[in-house]
Amino acid sequence: MRDSITRDNKNLIIRILAVLFWFFVWQVIGSYLDNDLLLPMPLTVIKTLFSMLGQKMFYIAVLNTIIRIILGFLISCIIGIILSILSYNFRFARILLSPLISFIKSTPLASIIILALVWIKSQNLSLLISFLVALPTIYTNILKGLDNINLKLIKMAQVFRVNNYKKVKFIYIHEIKPYLIAATSISLGFCWKAGVAAEVIGLPQNSIGEALYSSKIYLNTAELFAWTLFIIFISFVFEKFFIYTLQKL
Amino acid sequence: MSIILKDITKSFDDLDVLKNFNGTIEDNEFNFIMGESGIGKTTLINILMGLEKPDFGEIVGMDDMNLSVVFQENRLLEDFDAITNLKLVANKDTKDKEIVSLLRDLGLGDSLNKKVSQFSGGMKRRLAIGRALIHKADIYIMDEPFKGLDKNLYLKTIKYVKEKLEGKTVIIITHREEEYEIFGGNIIYIK
Repeated sequence: MRDSITRDNKNLIIRILAVLFWFFVWQVIGSYLDNDLLLPMPLTVIKTLFSMLGQKMFYIAVLNTIIRIILGFLISCIIGIILSILSYNFRFARILLSPLISFIKSTPLASIIILALVWIKSQNLSLLISFLVALPTIYTNILKGLDNINLKLIKMAQVFRVNNYKKVKFIYIHEIKPYLIAATSISLGFCWKAGVAAEVIGLPQNSIGEALYSSKIYLNTAELFAWTLFIIFISFVFEKFFIYTLQKL
Repeated sequence: MSIILKDITKSFDDLDVLKNFNGTIEDNEFNFIMGESGIGKTTLINILMGLEKPDFGEIVGMDDMNLSVVFQENRLLEDFDAITNLKLVANKDTKDKEIVSLLRDLGLGDSLNKKVSQFSGGMKRRLAIGRALIHKADIYIMDEPFKGLDKNLYLKTIKYVKEKLEGKTVIIITHREEEYEIFGGNIIYIK
């Protein structure tokens, strides 16, 4: 136990040092360029971020974006799970869904965003994009998990007449969990990237995308970097939160 | 009421595993199914469990029977502990105390909360036996239940199972005559 805690601390220290190393590289390149418009110094960016933290509009933009992107991700989880269960049980559903999932997976994001702007309001664009980006990964992974379920355990449960609740909890969820965690880890990062990109194109009011766009228009590179740092941070926090919650299932 | 096996026939890829097999499983007795390796003993109990359908023949007196089984491979929840494995199949009225006591009787008292994946082969086998014993059933089916147990535990476990299932309908597949000699009861040979 103590060994594992020491090992965890060591890993954490190594990770922090790695981050600090890249901040150092950033600082060196920034000093060399000596142009805040091209590459602001890390300290300038951090100061800008702190000044943003004091503004009410910052929190409104962050909250709006989080709600849309996470909602899109959660809907894709629900739909992805339902579709994969259907595909697992009915060959017809699997064949029918296969081209649709491939289509969503391989269509360029920019095409989807522009097309979606024709159909829906820009406020809902990042929700839809987040949903579409995560769906193929969630669906494919869960289906793979279902396909790999130990059928001998299912037969055992059938012979012992184990009730559905226990079957789902101890066999199905347990066997699918690693696939769902992998899907979450991959797709949530993509949701943030694609969701914010969609906001930059759609420019919904009071959103991170709109704030990023404004920073670019006003050539406020420090603010652009500050927003980027913050997006990386919340993306990391949400990924860890979801993975932790899934592991507790 | 006895279970009658009438002309049971089963083949896989044109290979006849069971051909017109007839036999009677006696009620409230230990029934031993014996025969050489690969003769179709496991196929027969898979048919009894409803996991496979015979190509021909019928089983009379088995409808709606509640079964409890020790499978040839243990089929345990490897990432869960011993108690969870038993709770999975235990009837609603089974108390935790009963589960713990049974596991202790099987020599697993020190490993109640240990992940099954960390168990030795013999421990897993005893846990599989424990799972079958905790589930109150009409018929107990055991496919070579004592295989893989070391000498000390072999006899002890046999005696414990005998004591627990005395007077119940039990079907045991085995190669070992000595197990039949300890349990006694009905014997069915597959030739």
